[in-house]
Amino acid sequence: MKRRKFDMAAAPGKTGRAVDERFQVATPLRQLLNKVFPDHWSFLLGEIALFSFIVLLLTGVFLTFFFEPAMTEVIYNGSYAPLRGTPMSAAYASTLDISFDVRGGLIMRQMHHWAALLFVGSIIVHMLRVFFTGAFRKPRETNWVIGVLLFWLGVVEGFAGYGLPDDGLSGTGLRIASALMMSIPVVGTWVTAAIFGGDFPGTIIVTRLYIAHVLLLPGILLALIAVHVGLVFKQKHTQWPGPGRTNSNVVGERMFPRYAIKQGGFFMVVFGMIALMGGLFQINPIWLFGPYEAWVVSAASQPDFYMMFLDGSTRLMPDWEIYIPIGDGYVIPPIFWPTVVLPGIMTVLVLAYPFIEARRLKDTRRHNLLQRPRDVPGRTAVGAMAIAFFMVLTLSGSNDVIADKFHISLNAMTWAGRIGLLVVPPVAYYITYRLCLGLQQHDREVLAHGVETGIIRRLPDGRFVEVHQPLGSGDGHGELPYAGWVVPKKMNRLGALGPAIRGFFYPIEKPAEAPVSPGHPEVESRTEQEIGSGR
Amino acid sequence: MSTHTAQPGHEQVDVNDPRLSRFDIVREGARRDDIEIVHYEPQVVPGSKAERRLVRTVAAMFLLTGLAATAFLVVYIWWPWQYEMGRGGDKFYTPLLGITLGIALLSVGFGILTWGKKLLPKEVSIQDRHEGVSTEDQRITGETMAYMAEELGVKRRPLLGVSLLAGLAPVGAVAAAPLVGGLISDPHKNNQLMTTGFAPRDGQKIRLIREDGRPIRPADVSAGGQITVFPGVEHGVSNRYADSPTLLIHLRDADAEQSRRNNEQVGHGNYMWGNFAAYSKICTHAGCPASLYEQQTNRLLCPCHQSQFLITDNAKPIFGPASRRLPQLPIEVDAEGYFVATSDYTETVGPDFWERP
Repeated sequence: MKRRKFDMAAAPGKTGRAVDERFQVATPLRQLLNKVFPDHWSFLLGEIALFSFIVLLLTGVFLTFFFEPAMTEVIYNGSYAPLRGTPMSAAYASTLDISFDVRGGLIMRQMHHWAALLFVGSIIVHMLRVFFTGAFRKPRETNWVIGVLLFWLGVVEGFAGYGLPDDGLSGTGLRIASALMMSIPVVGTWVTAAIFGGDFPGTIIVTRLYIAHVLLLPGILLALIAVHVGLVFKQKHTQWPGPGRTNSNVVGERMFPRYAIKQGGFFMVVFGMIALMGGLFQINPIWLFGPYEAWVVSAASQPDFYMMFLDGSTRLMPDWEIYIPIGDGYVIPPIFWPTVVLPGIMTVLVLAYPFIEARRLKDTRRHNLLQRPRDVPGRTAVGAMAIAFFMVLTLSGSNDVIADKFHISLNAMTWAGRIGLLVVPPVAYYITYRLCLGLQQHDREVLAHGVETGIIRRLPDGRFVEVHQPLGSGDGHGELPYAGWVVPKKMNRLGALGPAIRGFFYPIEKPAEAPVSPGHPEVESRTEQEIGSGR
Repeated sequence: MSTHTAQPGHEQVDVNDPRLSRFDIVREGARRDDIEIVHYEPQVVPGSKAERRLVRTVAAMFLLTGLAATAFLVVYIWWPWQYEMGRGGDKFYTPLLGITLGIALLSVGFGILTWGKKLLPKEVSIQDRHEGVSTEDQRITGETMAYMAEELGVKRRPLLGVSLLAGLAPVGAVAAAPLVGGLISDPHKNNQLMTTGFAPRDGQKIRLIREDGRPIRPADVSAGGQITVFPGVEHGVSNRYADSPTLLIHLRDADAEQSRRNNEQVGHGNYMWGNFAAYSKICTHAGCPASLYEQQTNRLLCPCHQSQFLITDNAKPIFGPASRRLPQLPIEVDAEGYFVATSDYTETVGPDFWERP
């Protein structure tokens, strides 16, 4: 047999040609490889959510192989001796089996739970980043709306998963969920009976939660995430203002290889952190809670952190029952307001915010440059107010634990929460607004007078003055306009002390229009175009 | 190629020109995508000490990954993992898996990051956003769609549109019907919202039993004590009767006296038996078991949302979000000396809802 000579060096080119002749991918592939992404640490918060979602899919698939989503009563006979002989649902028994009798099952369960917490947590932080920098403005309102939906889907998905093991804690959570569904006027009992298949707890809820948790909700999440990321691609990422950056360009790195490599490395780091947490930090030890029994609960039964604000609002609600004296009389129970109406209002306000702001400012332009929070005091203060509101509710969700650990009266905690919910947000608004104005003023001051050097000079007449290093040429007074980006305020930021800082802030302060590499002609910068944030 | 981003004097380069370096071609490709690579700076000099050090660092991280992953496998296969009570090596199984897997993933992650961030050239590229909206294109697409609508001619032939809608509406309903119809379940079937396991069966009053199934005599509960009781029916101690768990409280004399007086005021004169009173354990707020009984103040606290009920005053809510008192179970002692429920609860047990009478 005669072997044909195989030219190793020509193989990639040949393969490439063969592929392109069939699929015509050369041009779109080049565009993809070349796509420019701006870089900033705060742009990676959404990535954490994406990466933890991938970990959730991986660990979740593993768990489905061993979990039995049924409420059939079984007698436990597994390795965990304290519960042996206890009647429990098949769901709870199989979760115990995953924890004790499946090799490596416990770390998978714990990684799944930690990844879920990280997923929702990073969504929240990512949303705050988008809010405070004005990244939601036109043309990105659609992605803001999708993001808010993703947050709520994540919460519901998390709660559905939390309800699956049918342990003492999750059963109590489901009981409360059924109570808030019951409280909906007119249709409450019908909705509850439809979902639970009759009176609480029924025999089917775990099975229904399961299919929602592993198929319906992840399917919707996946689709929305695809659209979310796709829109970021299509609309191109926002960027901070800076040298050479305008509203109509993107300054950054091409996607391949460096940007993509950094993404891949970051995914591994997120994955590794989840693995560490899943192995080292115990979470949701269901074997300590026992199976769900309607008559057993213990103090300090807290839900996962993202549900605590709803728990808190329920605790703070006064006992205001609305009685409607028609016929036999109808009731709107107090639990309806904090668990159904309040989240509804919160969601609508958040969804509508981009449109409200655009309307208030009569702003129809497209914005691709981000704003520093201090430059938009009104929005920043509203955001701080929302955070304060959320934090008071979340803390109130664990007010019994706080009362216990710090020896405070429980009723005092409740009252503190009720009053705090009304007082703290406006205070947060005011303080934040003033802080923003102060920071703005300081930026202008440094631009006008220069950076404090720490050098005190004695004048001939005996006075002492501090020497300022002007940022502009000459004496620097009133020459430099504010460009919407960090104003250096320390001497070492100006390179006065030793080598310049590398890393974190390095690419931002490096002037973009100074090509160093040999053989590449100087490019004219386009700084004459708009640099400001477009307000 | 849009004109406003092309660099002045920039003409398309002949990529087959043999004098071009590979980077020149890359740069030309970027230009065709309206990207200008304005800054491209190698971070390390090839063959320098710094480069060799970085390469060693990255390689060490990758090798550490291999080591940690192997350690994971070793632990996974040979470490004792079967759960045993008390202290034992198996308690370290999951932490060891976490540490080894975590180190493996973190070091490959940081290795890749170091490779990308330190060894690859730094660059700054500028890409045009191309957000210019072409009103001409908008008009063309709009006209095209309008033309298509015209061709369909719904405006001229309105019957088509109306009949299509009339035909599709029921189809939509057909899609929804099986789901809604399958899920729907009458919440008032067998009066299930208003009855508990204590409803007398065949004229037979239902006994109060403990969690282990034994009936209860008055002597079993000391003064000031309380016990959770269940209906003495099949599966009475299970989630099938999730609304039935009841707290049987043996009040002290003075408290019992006060309770009886308050009972009479709401028409529950004979609900207590001696100094014993029985109240539903299911909170009227969200349905958690209100199970923390404070003997000194006769308050019952629900640990879920901290509603507090005053037992001596008909279990009236005195703090927290609950708005309705805990229903009281009328009790007596049968001929054999065991507690029975005189009748079912006379008020709705559990969380409130719209049509509660």
